[in-house]
Amino acid sequence: MNDTTEQILVKYKNADRDSLIPILQEIQEVEGWLSEKMLTSVGRHLDMPVSKVYGVATFYNQFRFQPKGRFHIQVCRGTACHVLGSATVLEEIKKHLKIDVDETTKDGLFSLEIVACIGTCGLAPVININGNFHARVTTDSLRDIIESYRVQNNN
Amino acid sequence: MNFLISEVLNLAPGESCSGDTGSKLEILRNEKIDKPIIFIGAGTCGLGAGADKILEVTRAYLSEKNIDTEIIETGCVGLCSSEPLMDVQLPGKNRISFEKVTSDLAEEILSAVFSGNPIPENNVLGQYSAGGNEEWDGIGYIAEHPFFKPQKRLVLKNCGIRNPISIEEYIAAGGYRSYLKGLRSYSPGDICDKVEKSGLRGRGGGGFSTGRKWKFAFNVESDQKYLVCNADEGDPGAFMDRAIIEGDPHRLIEGMAIAAYAIGATKSYVYIRAEYPLALKRLEIALEQAREYGLLGKNIFDSGVDFEIKVKMGAGAFVCGEETALIHSIEGKRGMPRPRPPFPATEGLFGKPTIINNVETLANIPSIIEKGEEWFASIGTETSKGTKVFALSGKISLTGLVEIPMGTTVREVIYDIAGGIRGGKKFKAVQIGGPSGGCITEQNLDIPIDYDSLIEVGAMMGSGGMVVMDEDTCMVDVAKFFMDFIQRESCGKCIPCREGTRRMLEILEDITHKPVNGSSHHALRRFKGVTQLEKLGKVIKETSLCGLGQTAPNPVLSTLKWFRDEYEEHIFERECRAGVCTELRTFTIDVDKCTGCTVCAKKCPTGAIIGARKTPHFIVDDNCISCGTCVQVCKFDAITVN
Amino acid sequence: MNITIDVNGTKMEAKKGETVLNVLNDNGIQVPTLCHIKSMFPTGSCRMCVVEDIISDKLITSCSAVAEDGMKILTHSPRVTEARKVIVELLLSNHPDDCLYCVRNGNCELQGLAEELCVTERRIQGRKNKLPIDNSSVSIMRDPEKCILCGRCVRVCEEVMGVACIDFSKRGSRTVVSTAFDKGMNTSSCVNCGQCIMVCPTGALTEQNHFTGIREALTDPSKTVVVQYAPAISVSIAEEFGMEPGIDIAGIMNAALRKIGFDYVFDTSFAADLTIMEESNELIKRINENRNLPLITSCCPAWVKYAEEFVPELLPNISTCKSPQQMAGAIIKSYFAKQKNISKEDIYSVSIMPCTAKKFEAQREEMTNKGISDVDAVLTTREFVKFVKLFGINMHEIESETADSPLGIRTTAGKIFGASGGVAEAAIRTAYYMLTGDELVQFKIPELRGFKGQKETRLKIGDLEIGVAVVNGLANAKKLLDEIKAGRDDIHFIEIMACPGGCVGGGGQPVNMDEKAVKERIKSLYRIDDTESIKVSHKNPDVIILYNEFLGKPLGKKSHELLHTGFKKREVII
Repeated sequence: MNDTTEQILVKYKNADRDSLIPILQEIQEVEGWLSEKMLTSVGRHLDMPVSKVYGVATFYNQFRFQPKGRFHIQVCRGTACHVLGSATVLEEIKKHLKIDVDETTKDGLFSLEIVACIGTCGLAPVININGNFHARVTTDSLRDIIESYRVQNNN
Repeated sequence: MNFLISEVLNLAPGESCSGDTGSKLEILRNEKIDKPIIFIGAGTCGLGAGADKILEVTRAYLSEKNIDTEIIETGCVGLCSSEPLMDVQLPGKNRISFEKVTSDLAEEILSAVFSGNPIPENNVLGQYSAGGNEEWDGIGYIAEHPFFKPQKRLVLKNCGIRNPISIEEYIAAGGYRSYLKGLRSYSPGDICDKVEKSGLRGRGGGGFSTGRKWKFAFNVESDQKYLVCNADEGDPGAFMDRAIIEGDPHRLIEGMAIAAYAIGATKSYVYIRAEYPLALKRLEIALEQAREYGLLGKNIFDSGVDFEIKVKMGAGAFVCGEETALIHSIEGKRGMPRPRPPFPATEGLFGKPTIINNVETLANIPSIIEKGEEWFASIGTETSKGTKVFALSGKISLTGLVEIPMGTTVREVIYDIAGGIRGGKKFKAVQIGGPSGGCITEQNLDIPIDYDSLIEVGAMMGSGGMVVMDEDTCMVDVAKFFMDFIQRESCGKCIPCREGTRRMLEILEDITHKPVNGSSHHALRRFKGVTQLEKLGKVIKETSLCGLGQTAPNPVLSTLKWFRDEYEEHIFERECRAGVCTELRTFTIDVDKCTGCTVCAKKCPTGAIIGARKTPHFIVDDNCISCGTCVQVCKFDAITVN
Repeated sequence: MNITIDVNGTKMEAKKGETVLNVLNDNGIQVPTLCHIKSMFPTGSCRMCVVEDIISDKLITSCSAVAEDGMKILTHSPRVTEARKVIVELLLSNHPDDCLYCVRNGNCELQGLAEELCVTERRIQGRKNKLPIDNSSVSIMRDPEKCILCGRCVRVCEEVMGVACIDFSKRGSRTVVSTAFDKGMNTSSCVNCGQCIMVCPTGALTEQNHFTGIREALTDPSKTVVVQYAPAISVSIAEEFGMEPGIDIAGIMNAALRKIGFDYVFDTSFAADLTIMEESNELIKRINENRNLPLITSCCPAWVKYAEEFVPELLPNISTCKSPQQMAGAIIKSYFAKQKNISKEDIYSVSIMPCTAKKFEAQREEMTNKGISDVDAVLTTREFVKFVKLFGINMHEIESETADSPLGIRTTAGKIFGASGGVAEAAIRTAYYMLTGDELVQFKIPELRGFKGQKETRLKIGDLEIGVAVVNGLANAKKLLDEIKAGRDDIHFIEIMACPGGCVGGGGQPVNMDEKAVKERIKSLYRIDDTESIKVSHKNPDVIILYNEFLGKPLGKKSHELLHTGFKKREVII
């Protein structure tokens, strides 16, 4: 059994089904993703069939079933970002890192996710890497941004 | 006891506070200050634009120079394209605002302000007026700025101006008086009446009368009722809810408290997007403050009323904006809507009567109670009262949030407030209402913005996203974007929405993708595409289970209505005039320039380029997927794109 | 106050709170549905049942709309039928085009609707989903490409069975019905009851087919192929051959099975009698020793698997008796083999069961003897009907025959096993005799009969008063077992059947959403009980001979070896 999951579940003693999503969020916050083991423990804890836990987890965009990369890239695919070229940005990242959406690079450095709208439409197109926003991204600036993180890792 | 409680909040209605208290409040409102204040616009948008760096620089500067100054991180004032914003207020002087501040500029501003040097005028946005303070010479007032002048800021009043996480400042500016006035002077039924008479309609989509909705729940007997604030702003292009919570969380809390009292709810939830960590943080702080002041909890200000607010983080599902889906999500289920009736107002969260309002709707409530329903009803048009916040984005000069009285025309918003199209390009359309809405074209720019006029022209108020598109935007691509969004965000429960939106997307993909020539079978499918889209659209609208599906075809139907020629160009000419649908490009090799170096042929992923070494190459159109790799690798500029 | 609604210009009466769909159906108007299950709360997901509400000028779903006075609706206006047609076309647009190869061809609700709504050309084309077939379960096969996501299986699995091994996962056009983590059904908590198949409108859920092995055995001259059929079968198939629903055609079946080429035809009801001999003695023993009470039946393999997964703490309470299918299998490959002087390796033993879980049961390790399965292949009722057709047997033109003896003679006690409550009733009849030496005056125990999910009664047997409970539907079982676990101790004997109505409503029965047919089958079984003379298992002459010649006495050494088994906790993804 996973210790972190256990610690979190202890906080939700006698919890009902309405705690399911908060629990999953909390586990993912710490672990970066949700494994089969974690989901199974949550199901047992809430006395819920794991199929239901899995059904809920896969319904929402937020939940990941693969470990996050050290740098997690979120590409905003909101309307404003789209009109200003976020599709190209996304393609460029995929090409550059050779991964698809919701995947992690082999070296575990980068993972890629698309989000519906980060709500910073005035700065479109926007990407967010580990909580840092990068506004008005272009295909050129993108490579530099990503590489700067790689450098950061090497140092 | 805190004087704000004893001498401000505990005042009976109509009673005014003492002069001594009044001057304390002036200080809290930052009208009379004795040490300088630096305000930095630190909403998500500001931080994204670099406000965090400005904060660092400012802190470093002040500590280095040992200047005793307060730094306040505000929310977003609405002018996102000018961010980061930094305001400086010196004792006795008006607050002055600088735009597009960089780290270097921040130092320059600070040294100018504190040493009396001339300020960098190019980056001055304007000054705020406050009674009795000295004004800055030759600097315009923000209130007169073209972006702000036509606005009427009720819900955004404090955003970007006041400290969002200071309950003292909020109370000093009149906050929570409306709630306590409600508790002390009005019955729950009175408040429902007032809100109904004010004409306030839901700001989240459908535009149903808020007061009437409340009455459904008010009239149901139940041991427990719930109020839910829907802050799961899912429209990809709207961010007013985020801005309100980041910039003025107490206004939302006050609005919720009044709403809960009116319907008889003692428990409530704010269902907020997980993508808004800053809003979440500020809301939690504000809630804690409100609890400390006894504005939340048991027996609030001895009224016998209990009220508590819990925060639930959404987990990323657009469909959870739909009321029954949202309820399922709070209950820990898949966010799939269910048939109505029963309506949530009678049978909602955990089976109990539940009212769900969106953030902007609730943020309007305190002013209605404060200034009266007649006052509110005097703003706006016959059927749409009050103001509406719009999120302006896209190909427009000034982007950000504007709050305008209902009835303002679309043209005024785009040209007068937001300064028209970016880069002198030609306006094409503005998409209002996000994935549920439609677009407004040149010929309808003069319609007044209200619920009914927008529907008449095939758009919809929605939550208030306004994405402006110019000649470089392909409308088929926009329709495809929304369809792609919707088919991913559909909950997948009902057939028309799940399968229908997917089919519509596939048709749009056929229209915008290769093969350019293809078999006659493909061509036939494309030709049938437009009629097919219309037919599917109609059935999806008529038969879908929830609002998401019922409005899902709108962007396609609307663009089809106004830009049918663009569709036809894509289908018949296989051309995209905006150059967005890159797969429709055709490539030709200029035989005079081609040296036969074979690089393009080697790099072509589909082997569509043929030719012998050292002789000009050719592109086989049928194999070309228009990826553009050849253009990128050609060293001789021999390949042209059409 | 009476509610009147106007349907297509005709006035119809409705009760307060009644749904429009109900009113329409009661008045002879059929509105198509794909997601609706009669006894359950409407989900409104398929949208097929839309009708035009003239007052609001909207299409509303009749399954969820409550009839209101003054309502005016059109059920088959052009607007409505076009909408329904487009919905069906949407489903077909990415459905595998293999109707002719589909097990549900001719019996598929989607196909039926396409015909009903005159879908004659492919107007909408969609990209097909590429999803793998789940072949991992020995009982049930899932083909997600054929799934139209109506959700009936999900609801039955959760609401009727309390298992919930499947649910919707993912979202939007990527939504699928899946087990946890998309793992195979074999590692899930699936109890193989097959109720999901019963409600599936298409061929997305089917049983694992055992045709090939049986046909090979039938053509292999070295094999003696024997067949047994469960008590419920003979009353469940008449309508499949155009006869009156519910009538008992055991005789015709015997003849048909011989014509197909089975060497010996046995009636599992005989083994049911045998089960009663063992189980009633087990009950008496436990009551006398006051140990492991209540005794819970073990005939239903879906329930047994459920217990192993969900309530392992109650495993000691479950009767150690094998189910009738397995008892028959064990006797065939021992006593019968010896009697006929056939080596058991040369016997191919087939059973026909109203059940998909029996396929699982037959291959359980405990159900083999030195590596040889007691039962080699299991056909569901549905498969049996196909089998008869495959061999070109005309059921109308053949004469009734009797089953082979021994293992062919049954009492009515064994026959009523097919209905919920039957096992309990049969067991009480024999237990009463064993304890008192007298026969019951009144064999019928009406409190334990019928379709109800949970039934209970208290009986006096001599000085003893015992509580008997009967449940069908595992969700109902869960409720009762929770009470037992919480300390309820007035119940001594519980009969649990996973399927609603018992085996007559089993997951291997002809796919039929009609509860009426199940009720007819139940009636038919009890009619047999009323009309025939031997009503108690201990009076079955072949059973008596079997004990005298071979087994010795109930719960004896030989019985223990052949007829009893044990259960242990099973680790699955729950």
